[in-house]
Amino acid sequence: MTLHLFYFLSFLAILCALMVVLEKNPVHSVLYLVVTFFAIAGHYILLNAQFLAAVHIIVYAGAIMVLFLFVIMLLNLNKESEFHKNNYVKGAAVIAGGLLLVILVGALKGTASLPAPEASVGEIGLVENLGQVLFKQFLLPFEIASLLFLSAMVGAVMLGKRDTK
Amino acid sequence: MQTEIIYKSILALAVFGITLFIAMYSTYAERKIAAFLQDRLGPNRAGPFGILQPLADGVKMFMKEEMIPEVSNKFLFILGPSIAMLTCLMTGAVIPWGSSITIAGNEYSLQVADINIGILYLLGVTSVGVYGIMIGGWASNNKFSLLGAIRASSQMISYEIGMGLSIIALIMTTGTLSIGEIAAQQHGGHWNVFYQPLGFLIFIVCAFAETNRAPFDLPECESELVGGYHTEYSSMKLGFYLFAEYINMFISSAVIATLYFGGYNMPFIGRFIQDPNALAIIGSVFLFCKIFFFIFLFMWVRWTLPRFRYDQLMNLGWKGLLPLAILNIAITGIVMWFTGKIN
Repeated sequence: MTLHLFYFLSFLAILCALMVVLEKNPVHSVLYLVVTFFAIAGHYILLNAQFLAAVHIIVYAGAIMVLFLFVIMLLNLNKESEFHKNNYVKGAAVIAGGLLLVILVGALKGTASLPAPEASVGEIGLVENLGQVLFKQFLLPFEIASLLFLSAMVGAVMLGKRDTK
Repeated sequence: MQTEIIYKSILALAVFGITLFIAMYSTYAERKIAAFLQDRLGPNRAGPFGILQPLADGVKMFMKEEMIPEVSNKFLFILGPSIAMLTCLMTGAVIPWGSSITIAGNEYSLQVADINIGILYLLGVTSVGVYGIMIGGWASNNKFSLLGAIRASSQMISYEIGMGLSIIALIMTTGTLSIGEIAAQQHGGHWNVFYQPLGFLIFIVCAFAETNRAPFDLPECESELVGGYHTEYSSMKLGFYLFAEYINMFISSAVIATLYFGGYNMPFIGRFIQDPNALAIIGSVFLFCKIFFFIFLFMWVRWTLPRFRYDQLMNLGWKGLLPLAILNIAITGIVMWFTGKIN
């Protein structure tokens, strides 16, 4: 059952991720991306990481993607107003993306020797255990990450304020 | 195991039916309360006291001509109201509709699913609900619809933050994310509203904004936007959007009653009634009384307060409720420190 779900969710995630790139209409792309996020949240639930799944849905599908959709709808992007990139930019993008793929494949090759994590038996993803790990074991990195977020927020507000002078 | 699955299915169906029934009669109650507040009679033609009015409305909705604009994306146009309806019906699953009933030695909980991240589930489903409005508004290919959809989504995102932060203070005092446990903890008059009065106020204001009810009903502000995001909708698709609003109102009332007003608990009732099954049933009745009170409150506010202006709405959300919610978290933390609940 779990295995079938895993294959279904993986298929859905990969299919929708491909559709994000292949779809011409930007609004449809964003909607496919939302479905991809739901499939990934399903993977988290299979790994018994319910907290991560819920937060993933709330933050990515519920907030960030809505903002994406928001901007695309406001700009009203469509085929006529599509920005045509020249061939140099396209070539550079292909090389950059290909290099990233090589790095990812190289990094994942090393994991073949690692023991596979057992699905849906780990307790680490439950809220209490996650909280214990974050606030006891990794307190300092966690707080530093929050500082990073704060500086990003301040930066966003400053950028938003700049042209009202 | 087998009986458990059958029982849960029956319970889920019952919750589904009751939700739809209450949402249906909320439309009737809304019109009657509006009439009462405006010194009119309200619907009184269909059946005694107009009690069959919701049925007549439903039949009318189904029978009306179905219109899909020529230029819009048909799939997304239908997907919009479907998502709105789906997400608002999903939330009822984690609400404890009562304690538990014991039949022939087996204990049956009146909560469909007591998942240990219940509150996060609620927030997640609510945040996905925005898509129903956004997709519908965009697929209509109408300027008014798009403006309504954009207003709705920015309003809902803004107020979700205040709502989430007010819930964080609540989670700090209760120490659990499971809604079943939060309801059980409030046994004996320890209602959370006494410990979190500010949090409750923030939560209820955000609930009004999340359900797009007056005074925050800007997404469908008829004097500026015709009908808002559902301008192009007709027949039962329009019905789904309107119905989703009433279901959201019912679920929000249930969440407010459960999180802050003790859920199915009623102080002192245990002294008069000893039988646990009778207590469970009476508890459910109390829960529904609380829910009906909050539904009434929603309607009372709608017919009393005028609509906010959009900048006032955003100012209230970001400059009023958000700092207040953070202050509430800080106060809760300080009080918990001094009373020795955390160390």
